[in-house]
Amino acid sequence: MTITLHDYSLSGSCYKVRLMLGFLGLDYDRRQVDFYPGRQHKRPEFLAINPLGQLPVLEDDGLVLRDAQAILCHLANRYDGGGTWLPRDPARFGPVMMWLMFAGGELMAASSARLHDVMSYDLDIDAARRSARAAFRVLDDHLTHREIDGATWIVGDHPTIADLACFPYVALSGDGGIGHEEYPAIRNWLREFRKLPGFHAMSGIPEYV
Amino acid sequence: MTATTDPVARNEWIACGWLGQIRPGASHDTMVLGQPIRITRKAGDGYRIAEIGEDGAEGRELPVQTRYTCIFTTLGEPSRPLPEIAEFDEPDRIVVGCGNVGVNTSPYRLVENFLDMAHFSFIHVDTLGATDKTEVLAYRTEHRKDVDEIWAVDCTFFQPAASKAVKGGQMTRYQYRVMSPFSVMLYKNISEDSDRNDAICVFIQPLTETRCLAYMPMAIVDNENTAADIADFQQSIFLQDRVILENQRPALLPLDPTYELPTRADASSIAFRRWLKAMDIRFGIYEKQAA
Ligand SMILES: N[C@@H](CCC(=O)N[C@@H](CS)C(=O)NCC(=O)O)C(=O)O
Ligand SMILES: [Fe+2]
Repeated sequence: MTITLHDYSLSGSCYKVRLMLGFLGLDYDRRQVDFYPGRQHKRPEFLAINPLGQLPVLEDDGLVLRDAQAILCHLANRYDGGGTWLPRDPARFGPVMMWLMFAGGELMAASSARLHDVMSYDLDIDAARRSARAAFRVLDDHLTHREIDGATWIVGDHPTIADLACFPYVALSGDGGIGHEEYPAIRNWLREFRKLPGFHAMSGIPEYV
Repeated sequence: MTATTDPVARNEWIACGWLGQIRPGASHDTMVLGQPIRITRKAGDGYRIAEIGEDGAEGRELPVQTRYTCIFTTLGEPSRPLPEIAEFDEPDRIVVGCGNVGVNTSPYRLVENFLDMAHFSFIHVDTLGATDKTEVLAYRTEHRKDVDEIWAVDCTFFQPAASKAVKGGQMTRYQYRVMSPFSVMLYKNISEDSDRNDAICVFIQPLTETRCLAYMPMAIVDNENTAADIADFQQSIFLQDRVILENQRPALLPLDPTYELPTRADASSIAFRRWLKAMDIRFGIYEKQAA
């Protein structure tokens, strides 16, 4: 049984999956996709694997999965014996899903800002930064409440796939011209996340947050 | 900003696009030195570049050259030609550009970062440098007057993974070459038994004084990896630099030696700044505020 990740080093979405594979200690094959400048993810051969033309895609035992959040659920469901990355009890499952969707939804505005600044994507940069900051505000407020309750992570007492999915584009936001100055609780949370065993950074994540 | 009036900057060749960026028949609007320009790819082959006026209409036509995977233009009358880089003509090399990458700083900060070996052990940990091997050994800098280029030669640095092709650490030998205020390259000796150096360039398109696009054409000796693998490696390195570059203050480069204290590792940066000062370039330079 082999796991194959269609990957591009500078993709924050692919990084979500690389982090998860690392935390779970899973070996995998890497398929290099020339995302930029090649736009290989929009070519017919790749569209056959993911008709949405997006990275990442994970192949595992005959399954072909797209969407980083879906892939995190799959990996946690299948390989996390401890069950801490994806808690199944009613008090935590729903909130984890909620913040997971937030990571794949509202937070992706920070990804757009980054694509604009780094790879010259033609989009409304002010709107992207504004939306990203609004999402960061929501996350920072939540994490502030969590701190007051003596908690560290987005949901429960352990890091979950909600933390993992939110981490990359928050940590990489400087690439898109969005600093962390206004988000003290986010800064604390980023710092804790980096201490997790098996954590590895990617290019664009500042050494000291 | 409006187009610079600095004749020194205007008289240089400047990268403004990469081959493959624009579809045949299409055009792309960008900027060089504050001057908006339109690049049109003709139906057959070749490009046309024109200034875009205040009214949005195309104005004066500009010279065009395509080479090293890039499109070049100039606002003035260049005294120096595009550099000769023979490695790009060797048929068995992998020649790959990396598109371009936006960086919010002045062009010279990019050149200096590229010349600086001291940052390898801190910024490119486990690839171009190791945290426990930080020493920059003495090297020589030269102003080659015949071509008016700055060179740094006899550079060596310990690298855990010097390129996509290398497995394991090695002392890598480097030569650096600054061909213009907006272009720099290095020759890098990847394997002990080989005298064929990898050639890696950085051509900088200053959009404004503090906003740039960086092009990174490479001519690499590598029988194992694909162009995409090599580009991915280089882009990963460059995005580590980008964090540092965008945080440097001031973004403009001070040429007053009292402003930033150089260390021995900065010999190439000292030579570079001296050279810029001697050519009296003004664009992108930090001018001391009047007291
Ligand atoms: N919903 C997807 C979106 C991922 C995504 O935006 N991927 C980027 C690369 S980081 C991509 O492939 N973009 C191309 C596109 O959306 O056309 C996920 O979370 O995995
Ligand atoms: Fe670097």
